[in-house]
Amino acid sequence: MANSHDTSTNTSRRDFLSKAVVAGTITIAPGVLLHTTAQAATGDVSTKAGDESVSSKNRWGMLIDTAKCATGCTDCVDACNKENGLVSHGRPKSDTQYIRKVTLKDKSTGHESSLPLMCQHCETAPCVDVCPTGASFVREDGIALVDKHICIGCRYCMMACPYKARSFVHEEVENQTLTAPRGKGTVESCTMCVTRVDNGGIPACVEACTAENHNAMIFGDLNNPNSTISVALKEQGGKQLRPDLKLNTGVRYQGL
Amino acid sequence: MSKIEYTAVQGKSLAYFALLGGLAFVMLLALLSVWHMEHNGHYVTGMNNQIVWGMPHVFAIFLIVAASGALNVASIASVFRKKIYEPMARLSALLALALLTGGLVVLLLDLGRPDRLIVAMTYYNFKSIFAWNIILYTGFFGFVGAYLWTMMDHNVYKFKPYAGFSAFVWRLTLTTGTGSIFGFLVARSAYDAALMAPMFIIMSFSFGLAIFILVLMASYKWTGMELGDVVVNRLRNLLGIFVASVLYFTAVYHVTNLYATQHHDVERFLLLDGGIFTTVFWIGEILIGGLIPLALIYAPGVKNCRTTLGLICTMIIIGGFSKVYTILIAGQAFPLEIFPGYEVSSSFYDGAINSYTPSLPEILLGLGGIAMSLFIVVFALKVLRFLPVSLADSVADPHAK
Repeated sequence: MANSHDTSTNTSRRDFLSKAVVAGTITIAPGVLLHTTAQAATGDVSTKAGDESVSSKNRWGMLIDTAKCATGCTDCVDACNKENGLVSHGRPKSDTQYIRKVTLKDKSTGHESSLPLMCQHCETAPCVDVCPTGASFVREDGIALVDKHICIGCRYCMMACPYKARSFVHEEVENQTLTAPRGKGTVESCTMCVTRVDNGGIPACVEACTAENHNAMIFGDLNNPNSTISVALKEQGGKQLRPDLKLNTGVRYQGL
Repeated sequence: MSKIEYTAVQGKSLAYFALLGGLAFVMLLALLSVWHMEHNGHYVTGMNNQIVWGMPHVFAIFLIVAASGALNVASIASVFRKKIYEPMARLSALLALALLTGGLVVLLLDLGRPDRLIVAMTYYNFKSIFAWNIILYTGFFGFVGAYLWTMMDHNVYKFKPYAGFSAFVWRLTLTTGTGSIFGFLVARSAYDAALMAPMFIIMSFSFGLAIFILVLMASYKWTGMELGDVVVNRLRNLLGIFVASVLYFTAVYHVTNLYATQHHDVERFLLLDGGIFTTVFWIGEILIGGLIPLALIYAPGVKNCRTTLGLICTMIIIGGFSKVYTILIAGQAFPLEIFPGYEVSSSFYDGAINSYTPSLPEILLGLGGIAMSLFIVVFALKVLRFLPVSLADSVADPHAK
């Protein structure tokens, strides 16, 4: 008796669970699918297969609206540090920072604003020009990276970067994340969360800014005229930092 | 001039070995410093993410620039056919090779990954002036080495003019490359000037000749061989022209910057408000390294005084270090102008004047480079015949009274 009772109970629980999973999938899947499809169609995320090589079909970029970026908010910085395993050693001058919040005060009007500053992912990057070994490079899709295997730690790229976007790893690295390899004695900077992007995701800073409903950062494909970033740039405009250098940066700013 | 006789130093005295030992000891301290820096990471140095090139680079660039200049004497002899310089050409080339070796070793050992030397030698980005410099340094060893060979081996003596000319052209190219490391940095207000390349060339003339004169006088004094006033005073006059030229280029650099409004801030920083950097510029570079030596070189009362000339050369070297320090460190200390028209602040020291305090290991590494250069010279003088037996006035200049 006891056995048969147990069996019937298990059967009904299993039955319930499987129906719940099916119902849940039917309910959620179209939404997820639609969202992904919509993002992919608008060029807000990558649609390339994992084994597909990077191409100049895409030019990944970011648009930052300084009007929406609150002074004192560090959500993007915190997310970046977590994503890339960046920790402070209590030595601010030599601690690595991929992204930092900069406070600006207009000298003529006194107007104050705040913005996140990171590697601007230049098309013609000075860091790439000066790197003796070719460790600094820009991918076909516009993401500037450092090949940690051939970086000799000469730091000439840090001298050349107009945005002071790069950091030198001044000490042994511990607790690295799988997606962000680092190495003592080499130079590093914002990778635009390249692993996320390659897997159809968005950079951690943009994700955090959006999740907290600040919406000061947009990520997307600058080559796709229908992407959210391209549409926003076309409608509202956006500036490059140090446009005089003609570097064609992948990161643009509004409100400056 | 009659046939020149050369000799090697005996190198059997206690003083000789004490000199070699002392230099080796400094090199050992430098190696310990490198181990300390590389084992712990560069956080133990005074360098950081704002001042990325520190004291080792000051030493390295000074030595590399001086190396090119040390070849002056040889070049004047073989390219410009000035006979009086001919006997000193071997020492000139030796010193050039030694100084470059010392400078490059310092540069290498300050890398984040000095163990990747083979990567630096096998991966080239030909758009990088730094990569070009690696080729230029290697070529310098080749050309000057070949030049030295033609000077010392009678079998290949006939090739000397060609080797001398090639080395001359190469050393000018090399220093153009060194200056361009800074001239090509478009983002930084203190650099980004085509003038950097010729200024580095004239700096090399001055620093290299000052070191050469010191080494020459020390070699002859310590070996008891004769060094006449004719040669020394010729070198002294040449040094005066070079010191004046460095001052001229420095003035042109700052005046052209002052003409452009966008550079007023950086010039104010360098010339007036820069604290230690301004002091190093005016006291170290201009006064000690320029005006005082210039006055002493042409002062009538001390014309034949070797002690004064030694002092002059030392001051030029101190001034040279000050100049490289000002270019290198002050240039980095001045903040990048990413947002013109705005007051800027951040956790990454945007908009702030950066400070730099060199650490002991960095200074020891730099001194190790100098010690290595001198060790090579002192050792080589014993092994091969670099020094003319006499540089007395009658030998150096048959027309001297």
